[in-house]
Amino acid sequence: MTVETTPPAQQQYLQTAEPLYDYLIPGGSHWSFRLRRGLALRLTDSEGGANLGALFYNPLDLLERYNAPDTLKCQHTFKLTTGHCLYSDMGRIFCSIVSDSLGWHETVCGNLNQTQVKQKFGEKTYQQARNEWHLGGYESFLVEVAKYGLGKKDLAANVNFFSKVTADSRGQMHYADGHSTPGSQLLLRFEMDTLVILQTCPHPLNPASTYPRRPVHCEIFAANPVADDDVCMNSRTENRRGFENNRLYHLGMDLVGVNPPQSASKEKARVEKP
Amino acid sequence: MITLSQRLSENAKSSRIVAAGDYLIDVIKQGEVIRILDLEGNQAADTLFYSADDPSERYSAMDTIRQQGNVYLSTGTILRSNEDRPMLEIVADTCGRHDTLGGACATESNTVRYDLNKRCMHACRDSWMLAVAENEHFGLTKRDITHNINFFMNVPVTESGGLTFEDGISGAGKYVELEALMDVIVLISNCPQLNNPCNGYNPTPIEIIIWDC
Repeated sequence: MTVETTPPAQQQYLQTAEPLYDYLIPGGSHWSFRLRRGLALRLTDSEGGANLGALFYNPLDLLERYNAPDTLKCQHTFKLTTGHCLYSDMGRIFCSIVSDSLGWHETVCGNLNQTQVKQKFGEKTYQQARNEWHLGGYESFLVEVAKYGLGKKDLAANVNFFSKVTADSRGQMHYADGHSTPGSQLLLRFEMDTLVILQTCPHPLNPASTYPRRPVHCEIFAANPVADDDVCMNSRTENRRGFENNRLYHLGMDLVGVNPPQSASKEKARVEKP
Repeated sequence: MITLSQRLSENAKSSRIVAAGDYLIDVIKQGEVIRILDLEGNQAADTLFYSADDPSERYSAMDTIRQQGNVYLSTGTILRSNEDRPMLEIVADTCGRHDTLGGACATESNTVRYDLNKRCMHACRDSWMLAVAENEHFGLTKRDITHNINFFMNVPVTESGGLTFEDGISGAGKYVELEALMDVIVLISNCPQLNNPCNGYNPTPIEIIIWDC
């Protein structure tokens, strides 16, 4: 796997230039993993035209999940880019967008289900096409969240990274075709332990006539601690309060002799509550 | 789009006042019509819908706005479910447009939006938590509290990607009417928010009127 070049704008957020782990998610696929607080996830649209659907949950309390309306209204924005934080429904920050080369990622259009994919791009079953089949974002999310005991009821509005949809003065929505160019990249810094659910299925408003299949390169780094002049914490006073809610959530976790180290204590909690 | 209703309240099946800070949960049968009436003006009614047969099928803001290609709701809007099926249709609207991007207020998001010291002020999500706790027969839990409609609320989106909460465009006596296209559970929180202009800083009662045809 090619290691992406770290642009100067990202260097202050990363402890090393080399990722701790990397993986190229093929187009039309899905994946999920848990990221610890203090890690950073760099997402790169390797070929251009990618769409990365994303949902976030608290692995220790799966009822806490990414909340698009709270994320938008807390920051008075319709788009997501550098300086924005992705909020849970509990007023906490899952992750911060500390760097973004694109300027616009959308979070209101959802995804396509299998029926809609069939209508839009034609059917391609696993039997016919093996792993080049036409998967929908909805079923992809269902498969991944089911691995953690979640289901239909738990799917919220997802982020569609690398996709741009605007609304004009009358509210009419417009999909920006060709928005994401090859090498477009954003860096997410995780502010709490997070279950990350991803799918690379087509954006629901993509006008392509054939199923767009674009990979996304995921690289995991150790992030530097949040600095006083941090771009996300200081972009709005609301975010400073969001970080304060995270501080309350993690209070006491570093007290020697009171709690075991962070990872051990969380593993224990998980085992005790099956 | 402004559309008047011909329905007369004296022919209604039921009519109830919901005070600010209270909730309403009820079943509306296919073919029935529900009117939400802003009695004193500038009041937000935070509303969720579920299929009465299978509440895991519920109102989906994303499917609704994406399929109509417009972020605002008004006459002619089909409210769609997470299965992309039609649930209700807006058949009359004297307000003009309604929001479904802003979500509901919660004590937790209030700490971020306004002040950490506003944590204990009443919020829509607390009304919904009480509603699901007091009405266990509907089988709803926190997992079912998803992205809602804010009837009468004005949340303009700008072309450059901004989003703001503005003074309401509703007024005393304005209303919205929806016809149920399947049997649905309706769950409304009459918004108690005191910190932004969505209620004109003065939460007031709404009236819920249901016709059976």
